[in-house]
Amino acid sequence: MEIFLALIMGIFVGAAAGYLGTLMLSKRMALVAGPLGHLTLPGIALAFLLGIDISIGAFFVVIFGIFIIWLLEMRTKLPMEALTAIVFAVGVATALLFIPEDKTIPALIGDISQVSPMAVAVTIILSFLVIFVTKKIYKKITLAEISADIASSRGIDVKKYNFIYLLCIAIIVSLGVKIVGGLMTAALVAIPACTSRNLSRDIFQYSLGGLVLGGLSCATGVLAFNFIGVPAGLLIIFSSALFFLISLIFKRT
Amino acid sequence: MNEPILKVKNLNVSFGEEEIVRELSFEVKRGEVLIILGPNGAGKTTLLRALLGLIPYEGEIDWGSKNISYLPPQELIQRKHLPPMTIEEFFKFKDVDKENILKIFEEVGLNASLLKKSFNALSTGQFQRMMIAWALVDNPEVLLFDEATYGIDAGGEETIYSLLHNFWEKRDLTILLVTHDLDIVYEHANSVLCLNKEKMCYGEPTKILTPQNLEKIYGTGIKFYKHVHK
Repeated sequence: MEIFLALIMGIFVGAAAGYLGTLMLSKRMALVAGPLGHLTLPGIALAFLLGIDISIGAFFVVIFGIFIIWLLEMRTKLPMEALTAIVFAVGVATALLFIPEDKTIPALIGDISQVSPMAVAVTIILSFLVIFVTKKIYKKITLAEISADIASSRGIDVKKYNFIYLLCIAIIVSLGVKIVGGLMTAALVAIPACTSRNLSRDIFQYSLGGLVLGGLSCATGVLAFNFIGVPAGLLIIFSSALFFLISLIFKRT
Repeated sequence: MNEPILKVKNLNVSFGEEEIVRELSFEVKRGEVLIILGPNGAGKTTLLRALLGLIPYEGEIDWGSKNISYLPPQELIQRKHLPPMTIEEFFKFKDVDKENILKIFEEVGLNASLLKKSFNALSTGQFQRMMIAWALVDNPEVLLFDEATYGIDAGGEETIYSLLHNFWEKRDLTILLVTHDLDIVYEHANSVLCLNKEKMCYGEPTKILTPQNLEKIYGTGIKFYKHVHK
């Protein structure tokens, strides 16, 4: 039963992360997902201290971290990537002070061995929400990437959509932390999108490819975990990387 | 062409301490082609961005239409690091049907087969014609176009301006065009706004583009030759 629940959870988070990742890759923000994933670590520490679900702790700390990054960006005009690096480094150091030693590895690479039906239900709802919202903002964000001025001149509130987009990242990173841990959430987001980029010729194929490959990588990783016993987070990343390598053979020029 | 579609009064735009546009007032009539001329750093692009409400400004900008399309310089349009998007998908951002896309493609002289091409696979000239088609596919009343021929060779420039001229004639379009290109002014503009932070001259090209005015704008002896294309 537990493996079935983990499988469902993995498929939904993987699909939502893969789909969102196709947008992140366009915005050249896939690497930001890594440091944001690391920011979940102090959230996990907080969750342990308060005795709440780690995704809830992770979500609030990631939102807080995004707010701090945004504030620093406004004040300093330094690149977002640099500020994210500062905030995540402080976050990780703080987290390692408070995470109990026996919980450190699961926090870093994920743990799907004890998934509750309630957690799966919440994950399904939030994954659907992220996919739905991402679909709604996809064209607007892409147009803003082509030209923020063209998008704004057409009445698109670029700042608002970027904020919604960051919220989606925060949700996915918080959900992903249970599956692949705080260290590897970037891979959950970036690898399926890269694989899909190699195989697609238009936005429809690309975004759908990210969604399917994200779900498939997580499903493969969780099933492999059932047979091998190696942590699922690692196997998800390996299966995702394997799909990427295969895609290189069929890469469209 | 008598009704104003745009009234600008006492427009001031500053970035911090630096004044970019100072006490600018002018009007654009419906169906007019206004060319905004000026040297680098004169505030031409800033003026267009203020007219679109993209940056804060002081003064009054009163549009008689909400149906406005804008094309920035091609150098500011991102073509790399995008999803693998086809031209057709790019047009679908505007929710227009394929029939309209094909019609405007014909009008700008692009082959329909390009619709299946990748967004970044077009040449500079093709890309600019595609962008004109995109800007005009949903029938705007006003087109604001910044550096329409940036990066395009001389032959291509003529094509772009002819295209804009055709659309202007056929659609009763109002066009505000930012350019460095003095050659096009006589052939395509009804009026000219010479800008160098503030209004240096404004009116019909034949009346205001005197060597004295050009020297005042560009600060050097510029000679202007009127071309007549046969």
